Amino acid sequence: MSKKLRTPEEALREMQNGATVMIGGFLVVGTPETLIEEILKKGVTDLTVIGNDTGFPERGIGKLIVAKRAKKVLASHVGTNPETGRQMHAGETEVVLIPQGTLAEQVRAGGAGLGGILTPTGVGTIVEEGKQKIEINGKEFLLELALQADYALIKAHKADEKGNLVYRRAARNFNPLMATAAKIVVAEVDEIVPIGKLDPDEIVTPGLFVTYLVKREAPCDE
Amino acid sequence: MSKDIKRERIARRIASELQDGMVVNLGIGLPTQVANFLPRGNDVLFQSENGFVGLGPAPLLGHEDPNVTNAGSQPVTILPGGACFDSAMSFVIIRGGHVDVTVLGALEVDEAGNLANWMVPGKIVPGMGGAMDLTVGARRVIVAMEHTAKGNAKILKKCTLPLTAIQQVDMIVTEMAVIEVTRQGLVLKEIAPDTTVMEVVAQTEATLIINDVKVMEV
Repeated sequence: MSKKLRTPEEALREMQNGATVMIGGFLVVGTPETLIEEILKKGVTDLTVIGNDTGFPERGIGKLIVAKRAKKVLASHVGTNPETGRQMHAGETEVVLIPQGTLAEQVRAGGAGLGGILTPTGVGTIVEEGKQKIEINGKEFLLELALQADYALIKAHKADEKGNLVYRRAARNFNPLMATAAKIVVAEVDEIVPIGKLDPDEIVTPGLFVTYLVKREAPCDE
Repeated sequence: MSKDIKRERIARRIASELQDGMVVNLGIGLPTQVANFLPRGNDVLFQSENGFVGLGPAPLLGHEDPNVTNAGSQPVTILPGGACFDSAMSFVIIRGGHVDVTVLGALEVDEAGNLANWMVPGKIVPGMGGAMDLTVGARRVIVAMEHTAKGNAKILKKCTLPLTAIQQVDMIVTEMAVIEVTRQGLVLKEIAPDTTVMEVVAQTEATLIINDVKVMEV
């Protein structure tokens, strides 16, 4: 039995209104649906949500948008959830659109102890507005600041009892990055195996990053 | 010409640009169709920005793996020899110049090779997803689009919509023409067999440099 194993309710017990929450997944592939359900049940609101996209109205981060739990969203794409666009245009929710590669590096920087990163992406576009531009060897880069969060809610395929994680196929995406960049990291997993059952070489996220493990209650991905 | 025939013509022409061994990222929609027209035995490695290389065709009905989709959320397969990675690695590949060719759709392109394909202010603001990184990072950017939209030119002197990236487009392929972006401007390289240079010029707002125009293979 893993010391990190919690029910969804226990894992998110300390989550407060106004928390900043990173949520893994790419168009709901690799999204922790059980933990999203728990946020809905728990009733926390005014969240700042950081994720690749806002899923679909009935799936993934989309459910939090529809239930108006986010006051601010940082994402690279919101086109698959018309409700996000509606709330953005109506001024109900603040939506910050970020190039996907920049978002990935901002999260990585947040977990790696860096202040930010320099990227050529967005130079000459509206993405550069309000940002510092730095010229290196004659080429312009934007300074994009690191991102950190109170919670990272991630989805992995398998954990061992230490919290070491492996992912499946395209469900990896932002999950291993977010696992490094938050105070409390909750990993929703399909399966927990005894210590020693995962080969050290196959582990993608070392267990030291994982605060709690939660078993997925939504139908498994396999 | 029906929309489908136009799109097939564009995809087929772009497929002939892809060579054995290249790493290629295809955008959502029309660009995705390029993969259908690769010559048999052409070993192109397709990258999917949601986290793998070795992107293969759609699986047979009933064999979908919910964890294997393309960046547009459609079920796909990963071919033997493929590899999975996280989003940071995905954009190391994209931004770091390790993608040989990206094929992207466009709302507008202009004489300087500027591209606008991610938003129409006040109307459609889906977000840029990976398009800005792809446009900046890929070694060669090919735009795949219909020549005009509702009769309005899309190849302009200067883009009017918010840009995706500046001066990154290398080639534009439409159902009417193949245009290369050079430092001097847009060079008309090929026209479709069912059009004329005059007609292409009439449907294009940007100035076209016209020297040696070939007939596009369709």
